[in-house]
Amino acid sequence: MVATVTSTKKAVRPGASGPGKNEHGFNGGDGGDRSGPDRASLRDRYRLGMWIALAAILMMFVAFTSAYIYRQGLAGDWQPIDLPGVLWISTGLLLASSFTMEKAKRALKGGYTPGFNRWISATVLLGIGFLFGQLAAWRGLAASGIYLASNPNSSFFYLLTGAHGLHLLGGLTALGFIVFGSMRSPAPVGVAGYPARVTASGPGAGRETIVEITAMYWHFMDGLWIYLFLLLLVWR
Amino acid sequence: MSDTATAHAVHHAPTGFIRKWVFSVDHKVIGIQYYFLALFSVLAGIVLSLLMRIRLAWPNEQWPLLAKIFPTGFEGGLMSPEFYLAMVTMHGTIMVFFVLTTAPQGGFGNYILPIQIGAADMAFPVLNMLSFWVTFLGLVALMAAFFVVGGAPIAGWTAYPPLSALGQIAGPGLGTGMDLWIISIALFCVASLLGALNFIATLINMRTKGLSMTRLPLTVWAWFTTAVLALLAFPVLLAGGILLLLDRNADTSFFIPAGLVVSDRIINHKGGSPLLWQHLFWFFGHPEVYIAILPGMGATSHILSTFARKPIFGYRAMVIAIFAIGLLGFFVWGHHMFVSGLNPFTALAFSVITLSIGVPSAVKTFNWLGTLWGARIQFTTAMLFALGFVSLFVAGGVTGLVLGQTSLDIQMHDTYFVVGHFHLIMGVAAIFGIFGATYFWFPKMFGRMMNESIGKLHFWITFLGVYAIFVPIHLAGITGQPRRYAQFTDYAYLEPTAGLNTFTSIAAIVTAAVQILFVVNLFWSMFKGKKAAENPWGATTLEWTIPSPPPHDNFGGHVPVVHHGPYEFSVPGAPKDYIMQNEPPEAVPAH
Repeated sequence: MVATVTSTKKAVRPGASGPGKNEHGFNGGDGGDRSGPDRASLRDRYRLGMWIALAAILMMFVAFTSAYIYRQGLAGDWQPIDLPGVLWISTGLLLASSFTMEKAKRALKGGYTPGFNRWISATVLLGIGFLFGQLAAWRGLAASGIYLASNPNSSFFYLLTGAHGLHLLGGLTALGFIVFGSMRSPAPVGVAGYPARVTASGPGAGRETIVEITAMYWHFMDGLWIYLFLLLLVWR
Repeated sequence: MSDTATAHAVHHAPTGFIRKWVFSVDHKVIGIQYYFLALFSVLAGIVLSLLMRIRLAWPNEQWPLLAKIFPTGFEGGLMSPEFYLAMVTMHGTIMVFFVLTTAPQGGFGNYILPIQIGAADMAFPVLNMLSFWVTFLGLVALMAAFFVVGGAPIAGWTAYPPLSALGQIAGPGLGTGMDLWIISIALFCVASLLGALNFIATLINMRTKGLSMTRLPLTVWAWFTTAVLALLAFPVLLAGGILLLLDRNADTSFFIPAGLVVSDRIINHKGGSPLLWQHLFWFFGHPEVYIAILPGMGATSHILSTFARKPIFGYRAMVIAIFAIGLLGFFVWGHHMFVSGLNPFTALAFSVITLSIGVPSAVKTFNWLGTLWGARIQFTTAMLFALGFVSLFVAGGVTGLVLGQTSLDIQMHDTYFVVGHFHLIMGVAAIFGIFGATYFWFPKMFGRMMNESIGKLHFWITFLGVYAIFVPIHLAGITGQPRRYAQFTDYAYLEPTAGLNTFTSIAAIVTAAVQILFVVNLFWSMFKGKKAAENPWGATTLEWTIPSPPPHDNFGGHVPVVHHGPYEFSVPGAPKDYIMQNEPPEAVPAH
């Protein structure tokens, strides 16, 4: 079925599969296409860029973690805080959002279908729900008199949830752009891809790639949160 | 049809001034922007160092003029010790971040790497523009620290807490100035991360046909390794900076210990650890040293091979050595903390790994000498600076072997010996790398030749000058002269170093003055220099196959195909004494 769609798309837009287009239908641009046909589709490039960015983000949280463990090991003022129960709910929401994100990514293979719109919007809502959950956890702690500077464990709690939340907010922003793009031009896009958008600064990466790397980022944020949650839960 | 046309250019050549020269996405323009940002910074950094040297050489001299310019720092015409510390801090910060990290990687890496791998631009041109402008904002934030109440921070470029964490109460410049410092460094971290991401993606994704990893110029390997180091090191500094900012502004106690009494006030913080900052900082800080020097090593290898007209000796060993230095660099941060109360066994481990970096460093040095062995060397200015780099790398490296040993370091710690060591290897050697790269690639970048006579004069005075500055500094260090002091007149045991200090300062003033030659040569040649040919040095790599300066998309729409290694000089049977990387195999007799 998928294969049929591919061939149809290629047949529909024969001019577009010239030297500038690779198998994914994205505009290879000169950097990509000129660097040889095998490597360097824009999709590969954007995926690679996202992996590298995730490595940097990971490194920052590794640094926070070692600071956490180091600080916890110092004698005295570390008072373990009871994590608010609402975190379990927000964790559930975030896990669910990874599921819907994946569904959306797969639905996009058929273009901007209502299915895609449904799943991607669900992801946005779940993401917002997660952030509200985190906010509720903050308010819960604050209500019981535990603030950022109360003790080192609470400092790290606010720091880690805050840093993660900000990164997730970045992901939400990207999702927001995708949703608006999908609303603005709901025409179905085939496997051959959305027509590349060429701007002064370079060709657009193609919507599929944007969705794909946003999904990578989103899953990473999901995994990162599970990790942070476990750290806060276990290492007290 | 427009699809196919645009397929050949990532972006069209911009026409307006703003898009062409200010918010440009062209890696070449961005490279030049980075270069001039570094040039401005290095001049500022030199002025600060001269102010310090003047204070040290003539401790009782009054400077009414300086008192007019800096009314708070020069009360009674004499620089206050606090102002001296502000100079120390700003000199170090400007030089390490905005010169040594910026020019070799952001400047030359940006300009040359995409061309050497046959690409039309970096992988993410807009991100590249963003990296530069965030760096620029970082510099603005740092410079702003001079003009706020309390002035520039005094906590050193390493910003050790508790001094850096307590705010205005701990000293002048530690209020707003220190916050600005942290913000500046955080911006710099973000910019460097974006840059590193771009470099790595570009190298992996955009190499042209036939350019296998073993055909990459050593410069490319160096920039790539540097980018990997930056990607893994800067997030840690960023994390530390965030914690420090929270300690300062949100009353947390990550770094501030309990029971501090400052200016007769009890500080309301508990249980933090200043050593935690040192761990985070130096986990970044040591790789940072290599971020500064590795591109210089790459440029040196490149230039030595070109002007020795010989292939680089032991190409693979050079690549492995660069990676080994980069990798080991992540496991030696503790050698900056030998006197901090580390467990002696931990210190021993750090010491052993530190000394083991001597092995790949020696591999590089001997391969450079092997490249020169028996060569008919062309002593261009670029070559002189590359040779100077080797000299300084050895001279600065051997004192690293001294300081890497815990027992000796405990004696030498916080003396001028350390100052001499890191200035030679990280400061001056890296600067020589920048100079070499400038004289070498200037014709490509600006389409004109620099003046070689002035260049050689610049080299010789600078080369002798830096040794005249830093050898006495080592000696003062062995005598026990401590760092960061504005004045030594009160210590009887330091009386013998007074002459050394004066000599050092005079050498510094002369050497700094000679840099005017360089700046004049740079700007004069940019407009009035002799027109440069496509390949004035008879070099082999891809940047020399295109016009000087290169067109907007570098290769004018065609795809270069690489058939040769990067250093095929004096190949027997070849028509010329060099084979360009893109020469078709049939044009060159079998070898």
